[in-house]
Amino acid sequence: MDIETKLKRELKKLFKKQRLAVLATQKNGQPYSSLVAFAVTEDLKHLIFATSRATRKYDNFSSDSRVALLIDNRSNKASDFHRAMAVTAVGAAIEVDEDRRQELIHLYLAKNPHLKDFVQSPTCALVRVSVKTYYVVRTFQNVMELYVTS
Amino acid sequence: MTLIIPLGKIKQQDMARVGGKALALAMMAQYSLNVPEALCVTTEAYHAYVTMSGLRERILLELNRKQFEDMRWEELWDTSLRIRNMFLTTPLPASLALELEQSIAPVFARKAAVVRSSAPGEDSARTSFAGLHESYVNIKGIESIIEHIRLVWASLWSDAALLYRKELGLNVEKSMMAVVIQEIIAGEESGVAFGKNPLNESEAVIEAIYGLNQGLVDGSVEPDRWIIDRATGEILSHTPAQRARALVACSAGVRFEPLPSARAETPPLTDDKINTVFSLVIEAESLFDAPQDVEWTFRGNRIHALQSRPITARKTEKAEDQRSWYLSLRRSFDNLKALRSKIENELLPAMILEAARLADRNLSQLADHELICEITERSEIHNKWIDSYWSDFIPFAHGMRLFGQIYNDVVRPADPYEFMDILGSDTMVSIERNRMLQDMASIIQRDEYLAAALRSGSEIEHAVFNKMLDEFAEKYADVVTGTAQAGKQKHALMRILMEMASHPAAEKQTHPAGRAERMDAFIKRFPEEQRARAQELIDLARASYRMRDDDNLYLGKIEQQLNRALDEARRRLIACKLPDIELLTVEELCAVLENPKYVPAQKSAQQKIAGEFTIKPRQLVGQPAGAGIGRGKARVITRSSELFDFKSGEILVCDAVDPAMTFVVPLSSGIVERRGGMLIHGAIIAREYGIACVTGVPDATALIHTGDQLTVDGYLGIVTVGKHAL
Repeated sequence: MDIETKLKRELKKLFKKQRLAVLATQKNGQPYSSLVAFAVTEDLKHLIFATSRATRKYDNFSSDSRVALLIDNRSNKASDFHRAMAVTAVGAAIEVDEDRRQELIHLYLAKNPHLKDFVQSPTCALVRVSVKTYYVVRTFQNVMELYVTS
Repeated sequence: MTLIIPLGKIKQQDMARVGGKALALAMMAQYSLNVPEALCVTTEAYHAYVTMSGLRERILLELNRKQFEDMRWEELWDTSLRIRNMFLTTPLPASLALELEQSIAPVFARKAAVVRSSAPGEDSARTSFAGLHESYVNIKGIESIIEHIRLVWASLWSDAALLYRKELGLNVEKSMMAVVIQEIIAGEESGVAFGKNPLNESEAVIEAIYGLNQGLVDGSVEPDRWIIDRATGEILSHTPAQRARALVACSAGVRFEPLPSARAETPPLTDDKINTVFSLVIEAESLFDAPQDVEWTFRGNRIHALQSRPITARKTEKAEDQRSWYLSLRRSFDNLKALRSKIENELLPAMILEAARLADRNLSQLADHELICEITERSEIHNKWIDSYWSDFIPFAHGMRLFGQIYNDVVRPADPYEFMDILGSDTMVSIERNRMLQDMASIIQRDEYLAAALRSGSEIEHAVFNKMLDEFAEKYADVVTGTAQAGKQKHALMRILMEMASHPAAEKQTHPAGRAERMDAFIKRFPEEQRARAQELIDLARASYRMRDDDNLYLGKIEQQLNRALDEARRRLIACKLPDIELLTVEELCAVLENPKYVPAQKSAQQKIAGEFTIKPRQLVGQPAGAGIGRGKARVITRSSELFDFKSGEILVCDAVDPAMTFVVPLSSGIVERRGGMLIHGAIIAREYGIACVTGVPDATALIHTGDQLTVDGYLGIVTVGKHAL
């Protein structure tokens, strides 16, 4: 198996297992981070999360769509230093419009079924992050970059 | 917490904290078999040490630098050396040391001891991995005994143990080591008895030597061997040994003594003593309810059982499992000395002669069918030397390791590779070759006319330079293997010389300060009577270090002669206009030569599949193999002809630095190698020139591309790709 296929397989495994990601947004140069339940599209090109439109994160990415998400499998033990994997996804966040909403809600709820009421509330926005690059850190210091080129 | 249990108080349920060896000794003692007095340092002491000192996390990080599956044996050895050094340089916390001292002193304050490993699982009936962990013989004084307990603990992570980690169930979070401190019995005859011969179940086997049993166990003294009928106790056969020496206890540790001729001519055991040994092994069998492998020694007429473990035939290894070959590389000093003599006096002269004999033949005059015979013969000769490389030269590299381990034991340096500074040599062939290249480059630097002539490719009229060039070509023609025609070779060499002339190249590090002092300091750590042997060990290790480099060059000379014949074949086939003639195998070349209509299988260059993603490395982790920071553009070398494009200041990225490549090392600002290890060619040369080097980077040549900006961190073993690093 080539390196790229192997890496993608690892990413999919991680994204399937982890429920929460740390979302980083910013406004006027002030960084801000929050935890979000997320899902990923089959092709690994998009990450999906949901948020109420009244939140600070919504406000932030609405004025600057550049965001980062950190997804990792640490367990708060010493073994994390060699065992944990951390992925930073960098990309642009945009609220999903009505046309694609149903399809992506289906994907999102398949992973997060308990958020059904939340997502279907009229005040909740479904957000799609088009990933530009994944930065993948393994065994403490091994770092690979995966660029989405099309 | 129970740190120490005397043999008499160990019970069956203590197995997990005392290990198999201690439990077996305790059972024999309680059954009134004669065993030496002993204490067991339980696994709880190990646990307390690695927890209180923070070693556990450090071991974890070290073991997980890379996936085990991606590590070569040399890297396992390096990992193990680094862990061992952590144990050596991490003292016991004071409270723990005090507790151990108080329990050990009453028994061993004035008694010499053997400090043995007793890892739970090591000797169990299911798995038998005797010899993976260390034992130390004739250790005197509480302080020294405690030091050696740490060394035995460290051997839980020996390279051999790491190699069999799956079978042993080795696990950093859970694995622990108990230690037996046993009174030394300075027996006159010692040996091993197998209650049941693995090859014939109706027999028992006894092996015996004069002196301490260690000599037999580590293979340095050849034993006499008797086969006994298990049913009757009758001696069925006796195979005498070449009896020459015995291992005996001396003021500190052990040494060999020649046997007086009367003893050398007499087997170590009389029939009576053979009977006594046989009775012991049968008694042990009934005690443990399984055939035993017992180590024993005689002092006077009294037999002492030193240890007993169940006989387990090691599972037959699959043919591709070469681990036992690797373990066989761990050789004794004497064995290495014999190997050195074989290499220096027989193998190297034979290689030189063979290469010269082949160089003498005029290949262009051969008919095609004669050339085919010539290629076949040369290919066989080359293979023969490759075999010898694996069976003699590679094992000899263990000389450095042996020295490194002893150096670290006595000096305790912060850097576990400090010992390599003592081994550096000015007489390495590739260093000498680089010096010649540098001399020629200096002439070009000083002589504008010569430089201009070289640039324009016109006739060179510089007599001194021409003479040096001829001399170089004659001596090191292998530098330019891979380029078929002589003209092309010369052109490529000129390009490198011009490159060297236009940039200051790295100077070979001399080791004026430090080296002599370090050597002195090392030797002075030994008592007077052992210093000659310490000096001998340095000599051996230096030869091993030099050879690690030179052997490749001598092998290269043989390969060059094979290539000369292959080049001749390619030259004759130019008319056939075969695509990728360079890629044809030896067999294919011969086939085309024999029958011009033969069509070799298509060679396809690896195609990059266009995808929607691109992958780039940012930070790659390998092993720190040469201290320093190097920055520059990558030059990825996948075939030797690419070396001639090498620009000063670039970073050499390759699968494995082979000796034909080392001439670009002084030009480079760093080395990145896929093959891992500290004692491999690339690492040795990098250290000689003081160039940052990281080895053991998986997929290095696939992930890094020529032109990538690299930072090579030779301290941490990390390669960063892209700008703005560090």
